[in-house]
Amino acid sequence: MTGTTYLRAITATLAEAMRADPRVLVIGEDVAEGGPWGATAGLAEEFGAERVRNTPISEAAICGIAIGAAQSGLRPVVEIMFVDFVTLALDQLVNQAAKAHFMSGGQLRVPMVLRTQGGAGQRGGAQHSQSLEAWLTHVPGLKVVMPSTAADAAGLLASAIADDNPVVYVENKTLYFRSEEVEPTGPVPLGRAQVVRSGRDVTVVALSRLVHESLAATEELAAEGIEVEVIDPRTLVPLDLDAIVESVARTHRLVVAHEAVKHGGFGAEIAALVQAAAFDELDAPIARVGAPFTPIPFSPPLEDAYLPGKDDVRAAVLSLLGR
Amino acid sequence: MNGQLDDGLGAELLRTMWRIRAFEERVGRLTRANEVHGLVHLSAGQEAVAAGVCGQLRDDDAVYSGHRAHGHAIAKGAPLARVLAELMGRDGGLCRGLGGSMHLVDVEHGFLGATGVVGGNVPLALGSALAGRLQGGDRVAVVFFGDGAVQGGIFVESVNLATLWGLPVILVCENNGFAEFTPRSAHTNVERVSDVVAPYGIERETVDGNDVGAVRNAFARFLAAARAGGGPALLECLTVRLRGHYEGDPQLYREALAAEEWQRLDPILRLQRRGLEEGWLDADGPERLEQEARDEVEEAVRVARESPFPPASVAAELVYAP
Repeated sequence: MTGTTYLRAITATLAEAMRADPRVLVIGEDVAEGGPWGATAGLAEEFGAERVRNTPISEAAICGIAIGAAQSGLRPVVEIMFVDFVTLALDQLVNQAAKAHFMSGGQLRVPMVLRTQGGAGQRGGAQHSQSLEAWLTHVPGLKVVMPSTAADAAGLLASAIADDNPVVYVENKTLYFRSEEVEPTGPVPLGRAQVVRSGRDVTVVALSRLVHESLAATEELAAEGIEVEVIDPRTLVPLDLDAIVESVARTHRLVVAHEAVKHGGFGAEIAALVQAAAFDELDAPIARVGAPFTPIPFSPPLEDAYLPGKDDVRAAVLSLLGR
Repeated sequence: MNGQLDDGLGAELLRTMWRIRAFEERVGRLTRANEVHGLVHLSAGQEAVAAGVCGQLRDDDAVYSGHRAHGHAIAKGAPLARVLAELMGRDGGLCRGLGGSMHLVDVEHGFLGATGVVGGNVPLALGSALAGRLQGGDRVAVVFFGDGAVQGGIFVESVNLATLWGLPVILVCENNGFAEFTPRSAHTNVERVSDVVAPYGIERETVDGNDVGAVRNAFARFLAAARAGGGPALLECLTVRLRGHYEGDPQLYREALAAEEWQRLDPILRLQRRGLEEGWLDADGPERLEQEARDEVEEAVRVARESPFPPASVAAELVYAP
């Protein structure tokens, strides 16, 4: 066991991938300086400016260059500094990257990773705090990954870099400096959920930061005699639906929790899939925890009230139990 | 007219141009017969650009193109029957019928792909050029686009990065004076695309794009520089779109080109006149080359028609690479 953080796990995994494979390169704004949090710190010193490429503030071209480089034999990891700015690269991601393998009848491959980060709670306002992963899960051809722990940040990034498809890897800025004791596990396969806590009464499927909020809620609930099972899907596309259904078949109650706006969020997809696969197992309607249908307010007390957290998970669990 | 075209080069260029012209005319008819499907944008009239550029490239040089891409794919080496089968949505198409006219790809011949999003794959060519340089060797990347693409932000982002990084990519603009239905004068105050990029210090030239010799010479200069470790270049080819924006376009926005005017501009007729004058084309040459191309296209039609539609299962199988 060694102590690390989510952020250091990302940096170390990038460095390991670059050491192991000369085709891996990092492209993005300020990456040679480490970026705003230091996710790429030290890479330029070790691998040089050719493989750690600082770019202008040109999200669309950066993403397009990564796609073209991937189609011609490299394995780029491109960084979009905030997921909010993925909007500027959506043609590249949705029309150029996601469909290339399909539209070419299987001739082209796009082995690239788009690293980005989302999440509110740091007073960034409505254009630097969003959770936009649901948009990307709607596009066939993209894989979408959201690690919640340092171990998964490392393991999922290693798998994403090794994958021959465009993978969007969404970090959460509030998790970067969370300390963790990590057992080195190697790559975490894409599409495999993890049962983070076992419990018999209610299943909570939580994404990214909400995994930790859900675990905090379960500690309180356990003291009241309610045992909650927490599942982290880790990968949204492909989704490990079997793991969720298997859990629901034991608990018969499901809460889906994420920070993104609840309306049209990925929780709706999970709810729809579970009711179709396991309707007879459900003893209560599926509950969703997510943000309200407003942009993220700047004013600190308003942002705090906006953010879904452990109290929302707790309330959802209790409501399913009729309490 | 520019450059030496004897020793078979002129005849080879004519052959390529006739293959594209005959293909495009046949595709127009097949579209009206509902054998070719969807949104079809023909490159008839612009053949000199495809022939002058692609004829100098190797299979390991990457070419990207836009929605008017048939000629570029053919000039880069894509087999006619497989291009046509793709336009017909057949399993034997370049992309097994999953791409269509606007999304042709032929990796074997280095045609890495067309896009239906105007300007959308300009940065992909930069990425391919970057890969080439980092991998060593002297391969280059080329991207074709129309003058309409130049007004998009992605174009400016790409020119900036290509020059900043000194990438071996050649941007080839086919300026046919129309962005879809709208003349250039109605969507920008900058007449020449080569002027748009001037502040970036990129090597650039505007040529008569219906003069295949001029296209070839200018491109050869840029290609040699890129192969030798040089940076990007922009080649603007002034040309004429003979057909509408798409097949079925009533073209209410422009006057039809007078036949005698087209006789003067047609890049194929111009090259044939030159060949006859310079003596590298005999009197029977034009008719023979045209007929050979039309016969080859008819054979492609026959082969493409025999190809079945793809099995329904292919769509789900090709969403992700294994």
